[in-house]
Amino acid sequence: MHEKLTMAQALNRALRDSLAEDPSVLVFGEDVGPLGGVFRITDGLTAEFGEERCFDTPLAESGIVGMAVGLAMNGMRPVVEMQFDAFAYPAFEQVVSHVAKLRNRTRGKVSVPIVIRVPYAGGIGGVEHHCDSSESYYAHTPGLHVLAPANAADAYGLLREAIASDDPVVFLEPKKLYWAKEEVDLTQPVPGIGRAAVVRQGSDATLIAYGPSVPVALEAAEVAAQEGRSLQVVDVRSIVPFDDATVCEAVRSTGRAVVVAEAAGFASVSSEIVARVTERCFHSLAAPVRRVAGFDIPYPPPKLEHLHLPSVDRVLDAIDDLQWEHA
Amino acid sequence: MTGDFDLLPADTPVQLIDPAGRPTGQKGYPLPGEAALLRAYGALIAARRLNDQAYALVRQGRLAVYPSSHGQEACQVAAAHVLEDDDWLFPTYRDTAAIVARGVDPVETLVLLKGDWHSGYDPVAAKVAPQATPLATQLPHAVGVAHAARLRGEQTVVMALCGDGGTSEGDFHEALNFAAVFRAPVVFFVQNNEYAISVPLARQTAAPSIAHKGIGYGVPGERVDGNDVAAVLAVLGAAVARARAGEGPQLVEAHTYRMQAHTNADDATRYRQDEEVAAWAGREPILRMEAYLRDNALLTDEQARVYAEAAEALAAHTRDGLNTDVAPRPDDLFDHVYACRTPQLEEQSALLADELAREEAQCTRS
Repeated sequence: MHEKLTMAQALNRALRDSLAEDPSVLVFGEDVGPLGGVFRITDGLTAEFGEERCFDTPLAESGIVGMAVGLAMNGMRPVVEMQFDAFAYPAFEQVVSHVAKLRNRTRGKVSVPIVIRVPYAGGIGGVEHHCDSSESYYAHTPGLHVLAPANAADAYGLLREAIASDDPVVFLEPKKLYWAKEEVDLTQPVPGIGRAAVVRQGSDATLIAYGPSVPVALEAAEVAAQEGRSLQVVDVRSIVPFDDATVCEAVRSTGRAVVVAEAAGFASVSSEIVARVTERCFHSLAAPVRRVAGFDIPYPPPKLEHLHLPSVDRVLDAIDDLQWEHA
Repeated sequence: MTGDFDLLPADTPVQLIDPAGRPTGQKGYPLPGEAALLRAYGALIAARRLNDQAYALVRQGRLAVYPSSHGQEACQVAAAHVLEDDDWLFPTYRDTAAIVARGVDPVETLVLLKGDWHSGYDPVAAKVAPQATPLATQLPHAVGVAHAARLRGEQTVVMALCGDGGTSEGDFHEALNFAAVFRAPVVFFVQNNEYAISVPLARQTAAPSIAHKGIGYGVPGERVDGNDVAAVLAVLGAAVARARAGEGPQLVEAHTYRMQAHTNADDATRYRQDEEVAAWAGREPILRMEAYLRDNALLTDEQARVYAEAAEALAAHTRDGLNTDVAPRPDDLFDHVYACRTPQLEEQSALLADELAREEAQCTRS
């Protein structure tokens, strides 16, 4: 059934369907109750399912995630919202020391099926603490799955799977993609957790991106096509577990690759992708794998953020730099 | 709305039996019955013996370290004894005696300090959360467990333990606040033993008492003599009953003392005076209880011998268990990170297996 939906609506639908399907699913956080969340992702859920299933909490992120741990230990499937990327940091100890480690600590006797939803990344003219790309912190913590959808269908499908998963998931929702309307069919399954997807075929070079950078990569590929260069685009989708097979097969098919990500490039998910691709595809590469990442700076103010974020031009410049003279 | 005065603790800790073993006749809390006191006495003896055994095992290199419970047995035993089977206990790393009093095998409990794995018992089967070293982070978990039970209409109560140092952590405050807002059936039980490793209570808080902190969250606070097992049983028992009846969380502060150093690796003479330790020795929980039971003809020599033998058997069982080497299973490193291994963990596990196989082959050759 095809319909026009925004990513925000698709996420709302995923929460609604999960709440309806499984009585152990609980949704809570700051302003997620009657208000429906500051991004309206939980709109209408308290009215439909009651305030025992979707509720506001005190304004304390460590308490929110810590309480989710206890609820999960006792049979529930909590889905918590951290209001903004940088507002999730007070919960960091709970996330890295308990959410990520309880299954391992107890050799599988305790599982904590928690989804931590984080509206993340920039490009929305937000203030300093509303625009962080915090994926590397979570991706560096064994025990967490880290997902970043880039379209409405993936947002729905991956969130449904994340809620049903027995592993804890950090679910990164690109804020700047919340409101883009797309034609989707939510009844169609999408590739699962741990699967990347080739979202545009191409033969000259591969762009690897996730979350808010996927549309940038797709646009760059479009422009490059007009200039006679055929770019393939891989949407990582699942940062952890990482789909080495799909990403490497794609890179081997073109022999050139550029990773695009908003986060500061140093010691980041983008650097990890470059390392993995280089280790695995070295003999297929015609040029070093390049990165177009954010600068290694604190998130800039709204009037300067366009200088920081990976742009189509910067991606195309990196593509131009892939030693075509050796082609 | 509860009046402010109902939320504040009394000026002095609740004490039902004084350090000489005499009933104080304090109003408000009835003395627990004979059976409960005898059961507690037996558990105190066992807890002290287990502590000594653990110290010996550290000296023998069988345990890496042991956070002493010597002096705090009344708190730990009572915290376990007031719970029903379906209730949950959230211990700290110092509360091994509480876990054992709850019925968990000490050999499984000490797996963490033996170093075989991070936790040895089944937390869901035992209804005892795994011990870990971060401070106060278990308290929000306790609220979650209690809230889940309440949502399902179950009668579960959660006993959440922490120390005086832990009350300075943010999670202590967030947990009290969440428990109060959601009316979660949690009893927060603070064993104030005067020191957080070396730092005295005066450096943790300027509040009149830790129990006073409850009022800020609308949680009633109570203080109890933590070396009087009768009083701790009575106060915690009442708090558990109140929580079970749906009246919300409570904060209980026990005044007690860690008679030994923080762990075997600590030197307590660097931060506290011998006179202070000697003064607390006079308020010892076990001798006090024994004096009371004997004065009231509740404990015969024969019965005392039975308890001592049971404690000795527990120590022997612990010793045997800890002296048994369990071959480590390398695959454990990869099997429990996620419900299913990721392809990356499969690769790394294969790498390690290959490494170990080559090592073994080398050993066989040489």
